[in-house]
Amino acid sequence: MSALVEIRDLWIEGRSDEIWSPIINGASLSLKKGEVLGLIGESGAGKSTLGLAAMGFTRDGVRISKGSVMFDGIDLITASAAKKRELLGKRIAYVAQSAAASFNPAHKLIEQHTEGPVQHGVMSRSDSVEDGIELYRRLRLPNPEEIGFRYPHQVSGGQLQRAMTAMAMSCRPDLIIFDEPTTALDVTTQIEVLASIRDIVEQFDTAAIYITHDLAVVAQMADRIKVLLKGDEVEEADTRTMLSHPKEDYTKSLWAVRAFERPQKPAVHTNATPVVSVQNVSAAYGKIPVLHDVSFDIHEGRTVAVVGESGSGKSTTARCITGLLPPSAGVIEFDGKALPANYKSRNKDQLRQAQMIYQMADTALNPRTTIGDIIGRPVQFYMGLTGKQKRRRVEELLEEIEMPAAQYIDRLPSELSGGQKQRIGIARALAAEPKFIICDEVTSALDQLVAEGILKLLARLQDDLKLSYMFITHDLATVKAIADEVVVMKEGKVVEQGPKQEMFVPPHHPYTDLLLSSVPEMDPDWLTNLLNERGVDNIGDAAVDKMS
Amino acid sequence: MQSVFRIILQRLALGLLTLFVVSIVIFTAVNMLPGDFAQAILGQGATPDAVEAIRRDLGLDQPPITRYFQWLGSAVQGDLGNSFAQANFASFVGADSGVRTTVAQQIAPRFANTMFLAAVTACIAVPVSLVLGILAALFRNSVFDRATNVTTLTSISSPEFFLAYVLILFLAVLNPVLPSLSNIFEGMSFGERLEKTLLPALTLTLVVTAHMMRMTRAAIINLLASPYIEMARLKGMSPMRVIVKHALPNALAPIINVVALNLAYLITGVVVVEVVFVYPGIGQLFVDSVKIRDIPVVQACCLIFAAAYILLNLTADIMSILSNPRLRHPK
Repeated sequence: MSALVEIRDLWIEGRSDEIWSPIINGASLSLKKGEVLGLIGESGAGKSTLGLAAMGFTRDGVRISKGSVMFDGIDLITASAAKKRELLGKRIAYVAQSAAASFNPAHKLIEQHTEGPVQHGVMSRSDSVEDGIELYRRLRLPNPEEIGFRYPHQVSGGQLQRAMTAMAMSCRPDLIIFDEPTTALDVTTQIEVLASIRDIVEQFDTAAIYITHDLAVVAQMADRIKVLLKGDEVEEADTRTMLSHPKEDYTKSLWAVRAFERPQKPAVHTNATPVVSVQNVSAAYGKIPVLHDVSFDIHEGRTVAVVGESGSGKSTTARCITGLLPPSAGVIEFDGKALPANYKSRNKDQLRQAQMIYQMADTALNPRTTIGDIIGRPVQFYMGLTGKQKRRRVEELLEEIEMPAAQYIDRLPSELSGGQKQRIGIARALAAEPKFIICDEVTSALDQLVAEGILKLLARLQDDLKLSYMFITHDLATVKAIADEVVVMKEGKVVEQGPKQEMFVPPHHPYTDLLLSSVPEMDPDWLTNLLNERGVDNIGDAAVDKMS
Repeated sequence: MQSVFRIILQRLALGLLTLFVVSIVIFTAVNMLPGDFAQAILGQGATPDAVEAIRRDLGLDQPPITRYFQWLGSAVQGDLGNSFAQANFASFVGADSGVRTTVAQQIAPRFANTMFLAAVTACIAVPVSLVLGILAALFRNSVFDRATNVTTLTSISSPEFFLAYVLILFLAVLNPVLPSLSNIFEGMSFGERLEKTLLPALTLTLVVTAHMMRMTRAAIINLLASPYIEMARLKGMSPMRVIVKHALPNALAPIINVVALNLAYLITGVVVVEVVFVYPGIGQLFVDSVKIRDIPVVQACCLIFAAAYILLNLTADIMSILSNPRLRHPK
């Protein structure tokens, strides 16, 4: 059987500042009808570029310099724009990473769904509307008859992602490119979307290229896996072989990341005063209550991981502790003394003791100030150091985060990689010499290898400086790696808390159980087994709804 | 929908407040004008008694605050006062006919003419700018795009009277297709009016097109990097459809604002073009009134200009809000 997609020796270049630099160096791939290929690699590996190239599409400032892309006997590189438009949407479809950004905010979902079939002359509008409703039903969207008549902002992220899969299916294409379709979703939502995508791709015997950086996810979805590193192909094999016998060192290192885990620390002495004590805190945004009676303690040198889905109140708790959002009830104690509710009434020392590291290092660093100034600012503000002393302290801090001062002190944030930026975020927090640091999803925007480096750094700093961390995350692998204690939050309430060891051993609170069981595992049969075990109605949002 | 309604009410209240503040500014500014009407009308040889008599008759001897509230009070009731210039000062020589022209009577026909000119211009300029803007965005960086940009920028950079004379030269003198004088009077048919108005309207079109066209182009191009535009392209939609159906609805808010700003300009800022074409609009009346210190007319014109600006911007605000589906259809 001949291949549906055949990419041979493809070279792609991207332009920055008038210089063309390589993105993909001679990639080849072939895909049979109905087959699913997983493309994995870190960000910047060229996965999306390669995925789009399989559609004959390049983004602005990107060009194909050499090689061929054949789709069902049609050369997509030499094909005219009109010829390609005929194929796109009709025979080759695309599912983007962020459905919320990729649906046009100005039109209803069903309008966007029917656009392809109507414009390509596949179906009439009314047939396509009916078909859309049927697809929504198959993808297990709630209220399939009505959901299409809503605007994108009226539908949740997981539902949008499934609506986008339905839209990709609208013309029954031969090939769909899935570009990180579940990366932006919570674990419980992700599992539902994964199950839906897998089902529908099987039902219609559609070939797919599934792009992701999450190995466990790709293990569930793909027949074969191809690993990319900085535009170079590392290796390719069928999923089971790749998981059990990775050949290349890089692939092995990807597999090994999940092995990092700190030993559990001994239990805290019962009389010890916690560094931070959150006591019966409730809070509201305007009139909408978001936190209800939240209590937990964080002891010296310990890490408390606060877990939960988006909207569960994790970040709001952090805002209460820092005083950005004064709680409506309850107190925050620091070293046994109550802190003023509003940060404006806290003194400099109280402010200094609690620092924050943010999720998006990109936006948390001023792009126009040098690394030296970014770290130097809190050094001067809190510690009162100036001139040479200040510079020496900044250099020390840079050494602390394993970035040679001579090389980095005068750079701008844009000249650093994602992981390095996050290290600068850490150094900036350390500059205030705090006892307590809130880490808000600090690794979720990073690739696994880089994230592991950050976690190890945070663990070492904790040991050296006796720091206490509040670690906000939705990633349970991170919790396993770094936490001493875990607080599970749902809808603004603490549903379970305790030492990490206990948390990962049954019996759990049903919600904790759902969270834990929703984390994809490397086993390629994991999703199938889970679905068999629980049934499709007992996973994801449906299961969450049943609980409340 | 309720929230939208509340926003609109809030904006309306804010608009009224702005108008009130503007009325204070207008009154103060007009009172700070050097010289006064009595002096201006009676000339150099006026006796102090005569000047004083006219001042008393017109109420100019009252303190400014009293005058302001008298003016505002009657303006709110729709009475903009009596024109000084049209008042019959024959009474001072003992032959008062008793007839005085109100400001409203004087302004109404002029304002109608101005609105007519603005409407004709808008009917030409707005569609032309939108279409040019969309095409420029579609063929961005092409020869067409550059030519459109250069042409519209040249026309906006040239003085209005120059554009007017160039148009007169080509359309009235060398090829006499349109009349170069726009002397409109009552009782003209619509067709005649339109013909007389066309040349000034074309001049104004050249003046306002660049701004609106460039904003349309920029607002659309700004969105072209959005993921939903990429999605539309990946669905195989034609470039024209991508821009008109996917980019334009999301680019409306800034475009509407610029259109409103230019329409306001058409109502308030067209004195030069009116003078060149001898078009009897409100701009000329305004300038004449300032010249002879006819304070009630000046104040009324200012108030109308301010109200036009505020009303158009208010409309633009509300339309931008309505163009956002998040506000039209809350969760």
